[in-house]
Amino acid sequence: MTALSVDIRVAFPEFSLTVAQDFKGAGITAVFGPSGCGKSTLLRVIAGFERRATGRVAFGSQVWMEGRRQVAPHRRGVGYVFQDARLFSHLAVRGNLDYAERRAPGGPFAYSFDDVVEVLDLAPLFGRRATQLSGGERQRVAIGRTLLARPRLLLMDEPLAALDTRRKGEILPYIARLQSAFGLPILYVTHALEEVTQLCERIVALAGGRVVAAGRVPEVLERLDLADVQGRFEAGAVLRGRLAGTDPAMCLSRVDLGGAVLEVPAVALPEGVDLRLRIRARDVSLARGRIEGISIRNQLPARVLRLSEEANSAFAEVLLEVAGQHLRARLTRAALRDLGLAEGQDVVALVKAVALDRQALPRGLAAR
Amino acid sequence: MDLPDLGPLWLTIRLAGITTALLLLVGTPVAWWLAFTRARLRPVVEAVTALPLVLPPTVLGFYLLVFLSPNSALGGLWLSVTGSTLTFSFTGLVLASMLYSLPFMVQPLQAAFESVGRAPLEAAASLRAGPWDAFFSVASPMALRGYLTAIVLTFAHTIGEFGVVLMVGGNIPGRTKVVSIQIYEQVETINYDAAHMLAAILLVFSFTVLLAVYSFNRCFPVHVG
Repeated sequence: MTALSVDIRVAFPEFSLTVAQDFKGAGITAVFGPSGCGKSTLLRVIAGFERRATGRVAFGSQVWMEGRRQVAPHRRGVGYVFQDARLFSHLAVRGNLDYAERRAPGGPFAYSFDDVVEVLDLAPLFGRRATQLSGGERQRVAIGRTLLARPRLLLMDEPLAALDTRRKGEILPYIARLQSAFGLPILYVTHALEEVTQLCERIVALAGGRVVAAGRVPEVLERLDLADVQGRFEAGAVLRGRLAGTDPAMCLSRVDLGGAVLEVPAVALPEGVDLRLRIRARDVSLARGRIEGISIRNQLPARVLRLSEEANSAFAEVLLEVAGQHLRARLTRAALRDLGLAEGQDVVALVKAVALDRQALPRGLAAR
Repeated sequence: MDLPDLGPLWLTIRLAGITTALLLLVGTPVAWWLAFTRARLRPVVEAVTALPLVLPPTVLGFYLLVFLSPNSALGGLWLSVTGSTLTFSFTGLVLASMLYSLPFMVQPLQAAFESVGRAPLEAAASLRAGPWDAFFSVASPMALRGYLTAIVLTFAHTIGEFGVVLMVGGNIPGRTKVVSIQIYEQVETINYDAAHMLAAILLVFSFTVLLAVYSFNRCFPVHVG
């Protein structure tokens, strides 16, 4: 698979970005971090929109940037989905799609015009103008238009940021489907952890114009030193499990984590399906043994792997092993001292809330 | 009542048409550059293109007379190549009109390109459209209203030109005698009937053109933004 290799610097008066990072040539990679950390700038450099950038960008055997020499953006074959859609206002939806289709290089292509229209459900919008579309529809058209130029690499710059939660929910499944339907490498910029866990396999986390972590999503998200990037309340871990069964009376599903079992609100999916669960560190408490007479039912046997106390703070984070997977707990330092926790110790993790990742939805169903 | 000589009117329309067409070719790249450049030279170029707005036409005309005369470098070169002078000729008039009407072409176009902005151009580039392609397929249609305004203002302004023409072109029937000068001449010779008629023709013509453009603009709003 063609990989993207980036080693660049851009200096603005108030901000500079330095990134040396290789990206996989397949799958969805999240470019993640707080607002203003340089995520969009990185994408713009890769697309060729930042003339002030220096360094090197190469995609496979093609060098797109070397020193100050740059290949023109339109020759790179990079598709860019902008946060604000940027549909051409002088053309209707169909015109916008045709614009891209006409400029695609010679085929054959992995997918046709009709494939894109069908996957993104664009046919009903053909006659409308950009101004007559809802935010979600506009982004769907923008994504479709970008795909029709047959890019070799797809950059998505917070495509959902301008949308409310309901519209986000509308679009996410479409984006999740892109990967399986069209097989493009995608860089997906976001500052929303939900989107990372729902869509992406890999993550490159940026903070203050630098890469602070990179790797597979579950592994990066469970690393303690990322708390600052994610923001305190978002720190958490991703667990993989299998849907073991559902109790319709109580509306609860059981998820087998490979030994331990977790109860979650009923999931409307067939048994045996693989799921990904996100558990925030602040939703995990620790006890030295099982506790009776408490409302929390998810009590998982765990082992303490690492303790990290935060300087000048009331809090500490604990990395745990549960059924061979990692979980994080956020406690007060006082609680840590009172429990007398030490690395290697066996404890019970009390899980107060679990979020189900949509990407858990089986790939076979998502693929067309 | 004698019908006034309509020759100068046709000459005026021809002058305005040619000037507008040529300015469209010259003004578009200037406006584009001004809209998108980050060069430090930009305010200088902006000031120069705006000069004809504030200078008295006589000043402009005087300098043009100096620079276009057979004794100047440009005028001399023109004379040796074509065998005719630039001053007191239709070609000289076109050159003078282009300078005189330059801001009326450049400023609306610049504003239109600025309001289109870089965003749609980046979108076009990400869809594999090269710069020329993006200019014709995205920027120009989106700036259509700006083009319309620029063309109409340039045309109308050139029709109304008087001082510069007088300085550079003189008053040669069939070559440089435009309608504004003809009116002046009729008034000077106390031939008010002809002056009335020409003035009325100019008034009605200008009003009709402007009305047509503004109505068109209203009925067919260009989808921008």
